[in-house]
Amino acid sequence: MRPVFKKAETIENLIEIKGVKHTYTTASGPLPVLDGLDVSVPAGTFAAVVGPSGCGKSTLTRLVAGLMKPDEGEVWLHGERVRGPRNTVGMAFQNPVLLEWRTILENVILPLEIVAPRMSRADRTSRAMDLLEMVGLAGFEGKRPSELSGGMKQRASLCRSLVHKPEVLILDEPFGALDAFTREDLWQTMRDLRRAEPFTAVLITHDLRESVFLGDQVIVLSGRPARTQYVMDVDLPEDRDLDVLYTPKVAGMLGILREQIKIAQGREPGRESGRPVEAH
Amino acid sequence: MLRKVGVPLLAVVVFLALWELLVWANGWPNFKMASPSDLPPAFWQYKELFLVMGWQTLWRTVVGLVLAVIFGTLLGMIIGFSRIARDALYPLLVGFNAVPKATLVPVISLIFIGQHDFNTVLMAFMISFFPIAVSVGIGLSTLEPEYRDILRALGASRMSIFRKIALPKTLPEFFGALKVSATLAFIGTNLVEIVSPHGRGLGALFKSGETNGDYPLMFAVLIALAFLGIVLYYAVIFLERIFAGWAEREGG
Repeated sequence: MRPVFKKAETIENLIEIKGVKHTYTTASGPLPVLDGLDVSVPAGTFAAVVGPSGCGKSTLTRLVAGLMKPDEGEVWLHGERVRGPRNTVGMAFQNPVLLEWRTILENVILPLEIVAPRMSRADRTSRAMDLLEMVGLAGFEGKRPSELSGGMKQRASLCRSLVHKPEVLILDEPFGALDAFTREDLWQTMRDLRRAEPFTAVLITHDLRESVFLGDQVIVLSGRPARTQYVMDVDLPEDRDLDVLYTPKVAGMLGILREQIKIAQGREPGRESGRPVEAH
Repeated sequence: MLRKVGVPLLAVVVFLALWELLVWANGWPNFKMASPSDLPPAFWQYKELFLVMGWQTLWRTVVGLVLAVIFGTLLGMIIGFSRIARDALYPLLVGFNAVPKATLVPVISLIFIGQHDFNTVLMAFMISFFPIAVSVGIGLSTLEPEYRDILRALGASRMSIFRKIALPKTLPEFFGALKVSATLAFIGTNLVEIVSPHGRGLGALFKSGETNGDYPLMFAVLIALAFLGIVLYYAVIFLERIFAGWAEREGG
């Protein structure tokens, strides 16, 4: 069993991003997106990354996934330099990108066809069914993606990202396009999945409440080009309930994060959120 | 089921009745325009020629179409995956497609003198690969990067990404193009059969009807061609149901 909700300083960092710089070449000249990005995610923890729109958050996920290399700096995964994609990574996006020509079950199985080509059909199916059951999609395995609601599609997409038991789960705003209630449901699903199967996660989000509810640390990126501007350790009980979001403690944390986002957006820090509360 | 077969059948009957009425009301003689009632005797009189020549037209069209599918898909993959190839090949393709193919008949029959089957297949192929190449190319080049990333992030090879994602995702567009190409291929075959007479295929039968002033025969050939076109079209639909049936929305 890997330790799950332990404090950062006691465990090795599974994901380590050091001094990463990256510039895209566009038609209108070079576009620096990352400039001095430092992120450390201890094994088994959940890092939520927030920042202004277009600040390079998605670039961060592509770096960790090994889908691109940074111009400068280093990305380490499990003590190894990331040089390309590796099959210990799972990804889920805002768009659930389910394949319409496959049933939900076949969609969830897809990564196993690449990662574990020798695994028997029965084993694949039972693994996928376990996950589908966990997220409340039992009975929908034979449906086509278009027959499911947005929230259900996203649940299936989460199953697919986890089916091969990845060490690292990369979530690029997976709940961004859902309505508020569905989103809160999925936060809880995410929490339960994590309890059932430990993994290390990086979650990109625009929702500060989501970052606090799911994250063990919240990393605020500055505006473009992004650097690590602020890191908040989320000191909340392991088994969080949605109610925790309505406590004064969390209100204080959200206040700090809001201030930080304003700074990241290049605005004067506001005064309306009251006295900042120290997160530690 | 009854509606699916009955409605199109009824439409055909109504069409034939209107045609008959048009000819009858105008009092047109046979040498001006044949009426549907003239067709069965024409078919019956030349029934063996229709079978033999219809088969010649059909197989040459299908071979040309199969070549168009192979070549068009490969070309579509090249322009779909490579930006440079796309920029380089598009003007050429569009230019080639814009050339009226009738003008090419004398050219190819001069290059390959006497190779009638080859010439005919070549023309069916040349006229029908363009929609396939373009649709496959567009299908592949507009594939959302996220679709590729779900497998690329796992270290999947280009080949398995193509097989598991890009290819099936492009199939609906491919079949859409194939329906157009199937009818185009018939036009190609008949162009050669009519413009470069060599006594084979329904085009030749049409030509001999023209030479002999046998208008019912000419119209019978047109109907036979339409019939073959419909058969091929529905063969494509049948394949589409099997391979891309998932793309069909229910109640659509």
